[in-house]
Amino acid sequence: MRLAITGLQVSFGDRRVVDVNELVVGQAEIVGLAGESGSGKSMTTLAVLGLAHTVGATVRGSITLDRTELTGLSQRELRDLRGRRIAAIFQSPATAFSPVFKVGSVVHRALRLHGMSRDEATEAADRAMRQVLLSPGLLDRYPSQLSGGQLQRVAIAIALALRAEVLLADEPTSALDVTVQAEVLDLLRELRDREGMSVLFISHDLAVVAELCDRVAIMREGRIVEQGPAARVLSAPADPYTAALLAAVPVIRAEAAP
Amino acid sequence: MIEAPTPFPAEAGTLPRGPALRRGLRANPLLVAGAAGSVLILAVAVLAPLIAPFPADAGAATHPFAVLRPPSAQHWFGTDDVGRDIFSRVIYGARISPLVAVVVLFIACVIGLPLGLLAGYFGGWLDEAIMRVTDIFLAFPPLLLALAFAAVLPASLTTVVIAIAVTWWPWYTRLIRGQAASVAGRPYIEACRALGISRWRILHSHVLPNSITPLTVQVSLDIGGVILTASALSFLGLGAQDPTPDWGLMVAEGQNYFTTAWWVVTFPGLAILFTAFTFNLFGDGLRDLLDPKRTFLR
Repeated sequence: MRLAITGLQVSFGDRRVVDVNELVVGQAEIVGLAGESGSGKSMTTLAVLGLAHTVGATVRGSITLDRTELTGLSQRELRDLRGRRIAAIFQSPATAFSPVFKVGSVVHRALRLHGMSRDEATEAADRAMRQVLLSPGLLDRYPSQLSGGQLQRVAIAIALALRAEVLLADEPTSALDVTVQAEVLDLLRELRDREGMSVLFISHDLAVVAELCDRVAIMREGRIVEQGPAARVLSAPADPYTAALLAAVPVIRAEAAP
Repeated sequence: MIEAPTPFPAEAGTLPRGPALRRGLRANPLLVAGAAGSVLILAVAVLAPLIAPFPADAGAATHPFAVLRPPSAQHWFGTDDVGRDIFSRVIYGARISPLVAVVVLFIACVIGLPLGLLAGYFGGWLDEAIMRVTDIFLAFPPLLLALAFAAVLPASLTTVVIAIAVTWWPWYTRLIRGQAASVAGRPYIEACRALGISRWRILHSHVLPNSITPLTVQVSLDIGGVILTASALSFLGLGAQDPTPDWGLMVAEGQNYFTTAWWVVTFPGLAILFTAFTFNLFGDGLRDLLDPKRTFLR
C-alpha cells in the first residue's frame, strides 16, 4: 500500500468538494480516477501534494505514503517530499515549463533542489532523458522548441530522475493528440513495470482509463461511487452513474452506405 | 508624459540571439537608429571636455562683451545672456538629463518591482494594501505631485530626482503586479510547487524572470518622459540652479530673450527633443524585438 487516502475531506468554507472514504494505490499499480469535470479529481491530487491551501481549501482526514502520515506535516517537510517522493505531471505540458529557461535548466534545478550535486544532476538528467526515449540534446532547447509530447516526457523524466515512488498524473494526455497520447501511456506502463512506480492517473477519458489502469475509481461530486478492477468496473458497472458515464462515451459505428 | 502601460502579449519574450537577433534588427531600423542615437548621447556626455570648445562656459564663467551673439563659426549655437557658449553648455547638459533619468528610473524600479511582485504573487490583503497605496499616488496628476514634492524640498537636481521617482514607481508596481498575478496562475508555477520549490524561490527564480520583460521595455520608453519631466521642473525653477548647464533650466532662462535671441531657447530645446525622441525610438524598437508575436523573429 504505497499511497492510501482514508476519510479525506476537502472543503472551501462550508462547501465540501471532496469526500473520499478510501482510495489506495499499491506498489507498481496504476489506479485510474475518473469522473466528470468538477467532480473533485484535481482537488484530490492537490490535497495529496499538500497544496490544497494554495487555492484556499481546507483538508481533513488521512493521507499516508508508505505509512507516513502526510496531513500533519509542515510545509517544509512536505516540500522535501514533493517532487522527490510524490511527483506530479499536468494536463498541458506546453505551459508547465517556464518559458524563459531552457528545459535542461528546469530539470537540473529540480534535481539539485532535492540534494543532487551538479555532476550527479547532469548525469541523472541525461539518463532519465534516454529512459523516456528522448535525446539528452533536447535539454539544451527552450520549451517552445519542443512538442507537447516531448515536454510531457521531460516532465516524466524529472519524476524518474528523482526516483519518485508515486506519480500523480492529472489528465496528462488530454492536451496531446492520439498518437502522442499512446506513446505517453506506453511510457507510464513501462514505468510501472520496470521501476515499480505507483501512478494515480486522473482522467475523464474512460477509453484511456480502460486501456491503461489496473484499478479504477469513479468519482462524482467529490465521492467515489464505485471502485474495483478496471475490467470489472468498466464492463459491468454496479453504480448507475458509472453506467451513465460509459454510455456517454461516443462510439463511432461504421454505417452501411445506402 | 507618463502613459498607461501598453498591454503586452501574455507570454513575454526574451531577447533573441544570433541570426534571429540580426534578422530582428534588420527588420527594425528604428531600433537601430534609437540605439545609435543613445550611444551618441552617451558618447557626448563622456567626451564633453574634449568636444566642447569652451569647457569653462559650462560653469559660472561670464563674458560681458559677448552676450547674446547669434550662431557663428566661433559660437555654433550662439551665446547666452552672460556670454557663455551655448554649444558647450548643451554638450555638458548631456551629462545631466540622461543621468537624472537613469537614477530616477533605477529608484522607481527598486521600489516598484518588489512591491508589484509581492502584490501580484501573494495576492490577498498584501495585494490590497500595496495597490491602495499606489492608487493614492496615482490619483494625483504626476507632474503636479512632483511639483508639490519639489516645492517642499530645496531646489536642486537631487530634489528633481526624488520628486520624479516618487511619482514614477506606482506605475511600475501596477505593471509588474498584473504580470506577476498572471504568471502566478500559470501551470509552470503549479509545477514548481509540485516539485517542492519554496515560495520565495518561486518568486525570484520563476515569477520575476517571467514578469520583467514588460518592465524593461517600459523603462526604456520612460527615459524620454523622465527627461521631459525633469526639464519641466528645472524650467519652473524647482530643479537645477544656475550655473548648472541643465537643458530645461537653459530654456527657462532663455525665454526672456526669445523674441530677440531665438538661439538661446532653441538649441537646448532641440537637445531635449532629440534625447527624448531617441530613447523613445529605442524603447519602441526594444518592445517590437521582444514581442514574440512579431513575425520577423521566426
